[in-house]
Amino acid sequence: MPNPERRRLVKSLLILGGAALGGCDRLSRSDRFVRFLESAEHLNGTLQPALTGPGALAREYTAADISPVFRANGQTDPDNPAYRQLAQNRFADYQLQIGGLVNKPQRLSLAELRALPARTQITRHDCVEGWSAIGQWTGARLGPLLERVQPQPNARYVVFHCADLWGRAQTPYYESIGMEDAHHPQTLLAYDLNGTPLPIANGAPLRLRVERQLGYKMAKYIMAIELVESFAQIQGGKGGYWEDRGYEWYAGI
Amino acid sequence: MAQTETPRLSSYRHRLPVRISHWVNAACLLILLMSGLQIFNAHSALYWGAASDFDAPWLSIGAVRGTDGLQGRTEILGHRLDTSGFLGTSGDATNPERRAFPAWLTIPGPRWLAMGRRWHFFFAWVLVINAMLYLIWSSASGHLRELTPTRRDWRGFGRSLLDHLLLRHPSGSAATRYNILQKLAYLTVIFGLGTLIVLTGLCMSPRMDTVLQPLLELFGGRQSARSLHFLAAMGFVLFVAVHLFEVIVTGPWNNLRSMITGRYDYRADPPPQQQFKREETDAEP
Repeated sequence: MPNPERRRLVKSLLILGGAALGGCDRLSRSDRFVRFLESAEHLNGTLQPALTGPGALAREYTAADISPVFRANGQTDPDNPAYRQLAQNRFADYQLQIGGLVNKPQRLSLAELRALPARTQITRHDCVEGWSAIGQWTGARLGPLLERVQPQPNARYVVFHCADLWGRAQTPYYESIGMEDAHHPQTLLAYDLNGTPLPIANGAPLRLRVERQLGYKMAKYIMAIELVESFAQIQGGKGGYWEDRGYEWYAGI
Repeated sequence: MAQTETPRLSSYRHRLPVRISHWVNAACLLILLMSGLQIFNAHSALYWGAASDFDAPWLSIGAVRGTDGLQGRTEILGHRLDTSGFLGTSGDATNPERRAFPAWLTIPGPRWLAMGRRWHFFFAWVLVINAMLYLIWSSASGHLRELTPTRRDWRGFGRSLLDHLLLRHPSGSAATRYNILQKLAYLTVIFGLGTLIVLTGLCMSPRMDTVLQPLLELFGGRQSARSLHFLAAMGFVLFVAVHLFEVIVTGPWNNLRSMITGRYDYRADPPPQQQFKREETDAEP
């Protein structure tokens, strides 16, 4: 092939490639295209639970598998005066509020939470960033706790309101899960990590464990639990702090 | 060459389903690679085992502040490499950005894990559906048989390998059929790398892990699955590099056109003084 022709080919391929890649960034900012990409997530969120079944358990590991240090991500020491005060008192004054679409709203101290039906499990925590850590969690099972507060029939989601404040607007972290995950036997309000009270970096006094989803679902520093029919009116309306910033609500992948 | 005297012929080398699935594959692989590198950048280290031993990644790409500013540093199997400008640091030379793979290799360009995941999971589905349709069509149409090495192919393995290394390529009607190295490369990529990358991808899903335990065990744990997923992607990069090289050295226009219109031009085989036995099974329509 003559050289000028080859040069032209290479040049046009480079231009085409450049345009295509620039196009990817433009498409990433187009609402319509992003909704189109999201269709795959709806497929994952429907297909994965259907394929694995509602009760499938996450694998539990042995004590020998526990990571020497359980990496803390997100905030590690919330700069929230109310939280600081609770922490100073080693959470003696802490009360978990449970409300929303329930017949019996409750406030529970840590001692009361520790008296609830509990479970201990050694599980793998997968961060959306790609790393994994193994830890032993002990906590109150969310299912029996929900039965105590008696959800109303239209309650579809459990929303967790947290003490860590984010960004310039000091937005409180929040997360939500569906009823299937809420009643899963491994779903815990964890208060112990590796046999000792949860360190502040890992979410003291109480963090969520939803073992079949990624780390960002497992809200730390839980202050209140609210049962709702829809989370469209809460903050950005996507069901969680990171969901409002583009991450999937279904974080099983 | 004597061949220049033989007449020009044209063959219908690639059927429409092959051409469509080829280009869908090409687009998917490029997008999956680039969005995959975006996802890798969110935690640019790879480990073996179930969990991450942060002190012992087998591969890590990062940046360190040296005497002459920020330096890209890649550590692979204990070897430390300065990869400034490409891995670890890239972009503006005077004020480089701290990132594992450079912006021109990721989708989207800026650091944006959530968007990288969206692209990745969407096109993973496109790739898998395309592969399924291709496999169904290939089995039904006999195309898969064209890719299966024959005994005669195996006998010619050494010679074909030597020919490829010396850049001597099949000409005449032989160029309209898959040679043994092509067959092996395509079968390895489709059934080996393709299967590995899909399964290691699935094994990174905590929800799928509830039912894929034995498979996860086979891969050696979730972080091993992530490493193997990355290595399989690099395997695809290697395959595509060799593939493009072969496309270029065996006549880029003719090859490219045959993958667009199906038509491939070649010269007729030399007259019978050079006996060339044709095998029935190899005949192309």
